[in-house]
Amino acid sequence: MQVGIPRELAAEERRVAVAPDTVPRLKKLGFEVVVEEGAGLAAGFNDQAYVDAGARVVDRSEAWGSDVVAHIEIPGQRPDGSHEVDDLRAGGILVSLLDPARNDELLARVAARGATAISLERVPRITRAQKMDVLSSMANIAGYRAVVEAAQVFGSFFTGQMTAAGKAPPARVLVIGAGVAGLAAIGAARALGAEVRAFDVRAACREQVESMGASFLQVDIDESGEGAGGYAKQVSAAFIEAEMALFLQQAKEVDVIITTALIPGRPAPKLIKAEHVTAMKRGSVIVDMAAATGGNCELTEPGRAAVVNGVTIVGYTDLTSRMPVVASRFFGQNIAHLLDDMGGGKELHIDLEDEVLHQATVVLDGQVRWPIAAFPKAALPAPTPASTAATAAVPAIATRPPVKSGAWKNVLMLFGAIALTVLGLTAPGEFLQHLTVFVLACFVGWQLVWNVSPALHTPLMSVTNAISGIIVLGGMLTAGAQDLSPAAFVGTVAILFASINIAGGFLVTQRMLRMFHK
Amino acid sequence: MTHSYLLAAYLAASVLFIGSLGGLSSQETARRGNLFGIIGMVLAIGVTALDPQIQRWQLIAGAVIVGGVIGAVLAKRVVMTAMPQLVALLHSFVGLAAVLVGISSFLHGTGHSATIAEQVVHLTEVWAGVAIGAITFTGSVIAWAKLRGSLSGRPTLLPGRHALNLMGVIAVSGAGIAMTLGSSGVVTAAAPLALPLLLGITVVAGLLGLHLVLGIGGADMPVVVSLLNSYSGWAAAAAGFMLNNDLLIVTGALVGSSGAILSHIMCQAMNRSIWNVVFGGFGTGKAKGGPAIAIEGDVTPIETDDLVDLLSDAKSVIIVPGYGMAVARAQHPVERFTSILRSRGLTVRYAIHPVAGRLPGHMNVLLAEAGVPYDIVMEMDEINEDFPKTDVVLVIGANDIVNPSAQTDPNSPIAGMPVLEAWKAKTVVVLKRGMGSGYAGIENPLFVGENTRMLFGDARDTMEKVVTALG
Repeated sequence: MQVGIPRELAAEERRVAVAPDTVPRLKKLGFEVVVEEGAGLAAGFNDQAYVDAGARVVDRSEAWGSDVVAHIEIPGQRPDGSHEVDDLRAGGILVSLLDPARNDELLARVAARGATAISLERVPRITRAQKMDVLSSMANIAGYRAVVEAAQVFGSFFTGQMTAAGKAPPARVLVIGAGVAGLAAIGAARALGAEVRAFDVRAACREQVESMGASFLQVDIDESGEGAGGYAKQVSAAFIEAEMALFLQQAKEVDVIITTALIPGRPAPKLIKAEHVTAMKRGSVIVDMAAATGGNCELTEPGRAAVVNGVTIVGYTDLTSRMPVVASRFFGQNIAHLLDDMGGGKELHIDLEDEVLHQATVVLDGQVRWPIAAFPKAALPAPTPASTAATAAVPAIATRPPVKSGAWKNVLMLFGAIALTVLGLTAPGEFLQHLTVFVLACFVGWQLVWNVSPALHTPLMSVTNAISGIIVLGGMLTAGAQDLSPAAFVGTVAILFASINIAGGFLVTQRMLRMFHK
Repeated sequence: MTHSYLLAAYLAASVLFIGSLGGLSSQETARRGNLFGIIGMVLAIGVTALDPQIQRWQLIAGAVIVGGVIGAVLAKRVVMTAMPQLVALLHSFVGLAAVLVGISSFLHGTGHSATIAEQVVHLTEVWAGVAIGAITFTGSVIAWAKLRGSLSGRPTLLPGRHALNLMGVIAVSGAGIAMTLGSSGVVTAAAPLALPLLLGITVVAGLLGLHLVLGIGGADMPVVVSLLNSYSGWAAAAAGFMLNNDLLIVTGALVGSSGAILSHIMCQAMNRSIWNVVFGGFGTGKAKGGPAIAIEGDVTPIETDDLVDLLSDAKSVIIVPGYGMAVARAQHPVERFTSILRSRGLTVRYAIHPVAGRLPGHMNVLLAEAGVPYDIVMEMDEINEDFPKTDVVLVIGANDIVNPSAQTDPNSPIAGMPVLEAWKAKTVVVLKRGMGSGYAGIENPLFVGENTRMLFGDARDTMEKVVTALG
């Protein structure tokens, strides 16, 4: 099994999908690693570094023709007219950012090669998948870099200083959006000594913002915005107005604004208007981290730093690429984790029962899977199936049809039908009536009890204790209806014990339930 | 035979019982649910007493009153830490009552008008009901003794126990069929043997229940208690079949399915099948793929003052209580600890593992008793993602439910069991009496984790010291 690392096509891309220090890890997983000549040069890794780490340096077509191709940018057309993915081999797996929603044609091209494509931005944000989440690892780097870019342009200290030569106040930094990038920016700005405040429409972020040492800003509007939860698109007009007023106020106070607000699959929301920019002091800096999707600031020019009214608006779209060493390392680690999860070099396969691969596999063996249905959450985590030999270079694709449980169900239903027929032919009618009641009651009970809050399971047990004391009726019917006889005596003892249950069960339930309070 | 008003009242009682279980879906409606149950029960007993069939009502009233008083005293006296024992004891009473009702019904007979088919059905119901009742009775008594500590929590495993169980089941069924054929007149020669056979069934089924529960270890008690809860329901339903009483059938089915669901939930929480719990004898089987990874490292012990220092820098705290908290009766100082921290503006929450304690929902009841508001008491799925964002996790008397080897070591006996990911927090403080391992008898790498601090001592003393220091 061979992992290929081609050179990135885009001229401004300095990263490489796998850095040399991840090569040994991949080899340990059972992969051969090949690198296109000069793939790591822009990131500062020369071919020798890869050779030292155990990789082989190959030409472009061999790198692209590997079993697994690790790539960063969305593949595209080369200057010579050929397309990058046309070099994929049949059965090969492309692991890259792909933005499947906007690249139908690209997916079709991969499919035409008979290959598989895993779209890294589709890796779901679940705890287990954090280690393979490139969006998070890159956002973290970008957040840091945004602060560095701001400091580069800003004409003063970030930290406050009191010296013999005079005093400099600490820079005031506003971070808008407290996602991974926002939190990283807060951390970096705090580490440089700035006074940081942060804003996010999601009130739940307060705790995280405060834990990073920034103060959390809120709009003065009663809960209306908060209940909406998610992104800014959900908040009311009144909320947006209050938000704009808050930003205007802040624009006058702060030296640096870093914006990170993104809406997946849509243009970034315009949060900083021209009026906000004019309100800022000359020499202030805005770093617009959403520049690639249109920018959070009206005046952002994506890809470059513009100066308006003495305010520098940094609209770089390659913040992570400006930190190619660490970005390549992290990206490579994310990919290594993903390949590890897929079974490593010996048992590499795509298990669509796995939530991560279900979401991220946009092309499977020449079939376009996009758009992908939501992963059925209720399904129990299935144990990884024993791999079906991946001896040759062709990866085994294990999609398990749920044959087994279906067969069982059929057998059970058959038995049920036979049993019912036998009963219907032989048993007295009265018994069948009771059986009907019994079966229906079982279903009612089944439905009811799933709704019981787990916190109340102990009261549930004690109340069922009490009501199963209903067996007292049995005692009454056998004891009361006859003369003094052994049957009556035994029945009376049954009544005695059942009554203990009734009284004890209900009273102890009542006692417990009284204790629960908010 | 049965009067219409009786049937109407039974219908009303069935609906009230259903409402009673429905009420337990949330804390707000739970008390009303209990009230429904009481009304249903009073209605059912009252109306049955009015049945003209019943003549000896003084005897019945006497038994009800004596039983009621005993029950009330039990309910009043029980301390919340002893709830599992009480529940097990009450299960045994249902089992016993089912046995007695079965025998009484057998002695009473079906009347001579019954056809042979009807007799066969009735007698089958009798022996099946008696057998389930007897298993429930002895099983619950053993569970009760184990939970009280009168019997050791370790599983008692006889040689050839599976064969013994199988023989028991065959003996009970064989005797049951013989009794049915004899007493219904199909095989007249067996007729005089019917009563001895029924008593024999009682004894053998009783031994079966005894043997089954003796073989189950302490940590599996939540499953066993739920399972016995289920059995007690099926026993009541069987009694309903033999007495042609639909209310008993409905109630028995409700209780039976309730217990079955609880057992299922508990088994899932331990990543084991019900067969494995009942027949497995946990901790005795051979590990699948080789020995568990040995745990290496040193524990970092701390004192109460260090914990207080830690808390002074913390913003969020999660408390993970386990059975050890119940044993030490530490819930009250833990509650005071919680309210002090909350008054200082810290976020304090509780993380409850489904099998923490010895009864489903046991921890919730203990915390409620101590006065902890239920809205800060979270289930595992609600809180597991929050551990990485938490400053201090306080593990009080819990072990297996916070054991990371469930996720990391495929050879661990608890591999694959869902656990609370306490180790992901910034600092974990474990309150523990000593370095013993948990009920599952396995090592816990959490204790030697870099971010783990061990605070040795009795949980209650420790928490009281902490409260005083914070005070």
